[in-house]
Amino acid sequence: MKNSLIISLCAVVFGLLAGAVLMLATGHNAVTGYSYLFQGGLKNPERIGNTFATASPLIFSGLAVAFAFRTGLFNIGVAGQLLVGGFCASVVGLNLDLPKVVLLPIMLIAGALGGALWSVIPGLLKARFNVHEVVSSIMMNWVGFWTVYYGVQSYIKNPSSETESKQLPEAATLKAHWMTDLFHGSYINLGLLVAVVVVIVVAFIINKTTFGYELKAVGHNRDASEYAGIAVNRSIVFSMAISGAIAGLGGVALYAGNASNIQIGILPSQGFDGIAVSLLGANNPLGVLLSAIFFGLLYSGRGFMNAMTDIPPEIADSIIAIIIYFSATSIMIERLIRWLIRRRANAKLNASQDGKVKSSHVEHD
Amino acid sequence: MWNTIEQIFPYAIIYTIPLLITALGGLFSERSGVVNIGLEGLMVVGAFAGAFTIFKLQAAYPNEGWVLWAGLLVAVLAGVLFSLLHAFASINLSADQVISGTAINMIAGAITIFMARNMTGSGNIRVNGFSPFDVPGFSDIPVLGPLFFTKTYWTTWLILLILALCSFVLYKTAFGLRLRACGEHPHAAEAAGVNVKKMRYIGVMISGAFSGLGGAVIILTYAGEFTGSVAGLGFLALAALIFGQWRPLGVLAATLFFGFATTVANVSQVIPSIAVVPPIILKVFPYVVTLLALMVFSKSSRAPKAAGEPYDSGKR
Repeated sequence: MKNSLIISLCAVVFGLLAGAVLMLATGHNAVTGYSYLFQGGLKNPERIGNTFATASPLIFSGLAVAFAFRTGLFNIGVAGQLLVGGFCASVVGLNLDLPKVVLLPIMLIAGALGGALWSVIPGLLKARFNVHEVVSSIMMNWVGFWTVYYGVQSYIKNPSSETESKQLPEAATLKAHWMTDLFHGSYINLGLLVAVVVVIVVAFIINKTTFGYELKAVGHNRDASEYAGIAVNRSIVFSMAISGAIAGLGGVALYAGNASNIQIGILPSQGFDGIAVSLLGANNPLGVLLSAIFFGLLYSGRGFMNAMTDIPPEIADSIIAIIIYFSATSIMIERLIRWLIRRRANAKLNASQDGKVKSSHVEHD
Repeated sequence: MWNTIEQIFPYAIIYTIPLLITALGGLFSERSGVVNIGLEGLMVVGAFAGAFTIFKLQAAYPNEGWVLWAGLLVAVLAGVLFSLLHAFASINLSADQVISGTAINMIAGAITIFMARNMTGSGNIRVNGFSPFDVPGFSDIPVLGPLFFTKTYWTTWLILLILALCSFVLYKTAFGLRLRACGEHPHAAEAAGVNVKKMRYIGVMISGAFSGLGGAVIILTYAGEFTGSVAGLGFLALAALIFGQWRPLGVLAATLFFGFATTVANVSQVIPSIAVVPPIILKVFPYVVTLLALMVFSKSSRAPKAAGEPYDSGKR
């Protein structure tokens, strides 16, 4: 746990350094770039609120990826699950005329079911036919993309625009006046609170229940789990379904919280960022929460940076992508840390023994 | 009906070619034992490098043909260089190959737009690509002429030549045998004196070269503009690789299928006999068929046995 924290921090530092190199290489001043980037996300209550709002869909998508990872599954279909979840919730929100307290839970359930439907198919294919979930969930992304594309056009099209859905009424969005006021007009919304609740629930499921233990066991060793009497195939299907349901909730936060309609023809990038969030957070719910907020900061600050300097906003995406590469190659960082520790230990040893004993450590890497 | 087929066939081929070369690249990587889902990103890198080079060169040397070939060459080199990131992570550092590939996709998508925006502001790079031509003599052959020899590009023939070479290299040379051995049973290969890490590096670098070429071909044939993505074609190439069961001719058949399905979906509105089918069916058709094919092939999958596993020569 402590080790993974150090690795994540190292990855962040390396990512920021690489971002600075990128800025310098393209003829920009990295110090002013970063100062505007962080000011843009933190300068005043409104910007802080926007950072949290940007982070909330990322919390869901990161949690979705992390949950599947725990069972040894790579859910790369979060983007499609977000989209379908958001679409289902929007259809419900536009067609039911109910008070907000009743409508919002129904929308959240609809979103979760939509996301789960989209992820349970790769889960079933994996359990029943041993089809690799990466490929099948990528296919489901595109099926979802086109389903929502034509679904929006056929059922909930905005009369004044060809490429977006109708605006959700006030009662069908996660926006809340008290939160907007608290953060001085930010677009922060209840999505953040739902996200925090889901983080706690997922942490509980993974760490404190038999069900969560079984999922983790399957992730560690499929054969041993089967031998121990765990229904492996059932675990795979459940894990994918829950992962997709979390993603579907994220879709509600994205399309009925941060936004209030769906733009067609866009596969939400938050889905792929979920992989980054999960990796940086070491697949741990609390880690996911923190890394999502960090990425939210980068994403919400980049607009301000772009307005104040001429650094393209994609610097934020580049930094995140590089952080992921460093997380993926964390073994490099681990080796570096181990080497540093050993060097210090050797130095101490040599000093205390007056340099007589030659280090006889042989590397067993 | 025949008329329709005659009309869309050349377009289907144009669409197939970048998929084909990218999937072939993936084939070399996976046959050597490294899963590469970074194909999408490598295509983007190739598309950017090609567009960038040609954009700069066309300003200096307008209307000269060699400029386009220079762009393709740079795209290939950029693909190779970028693929080294994946090779290093998955071969030397035993990283999870799927995650490393995802990182490649994200880095490529972000950095190329970042660079393009520094150049043009909008992030789009527009270039003049190849012009299609009818092969003289051959295009008059009945039936085959209109299908294969009209509106073709030189790149199409180049890539078909590469396909033939790949089949030969993979199945008829010692190098091909060694490469395949590294993907099936790396320990046996090592025992037989093959340098597994080196072979895997070569496999990944070939996938970088071919994907880079594929990305640039998109720009120079039907796209004409770099926009920062290749719209999921790299993932489709990956699916075609599985669909084609990791064999060059299988990959050719699979990519032709995808090329056709996509072209039909794209032109459906203007062709009355197809326009009756709801467009959503046409659009999701290739993906649903891939899912079904994955199910059907799951029992008899010929996936390279060691693909995706980091090689550890001490492990037995």
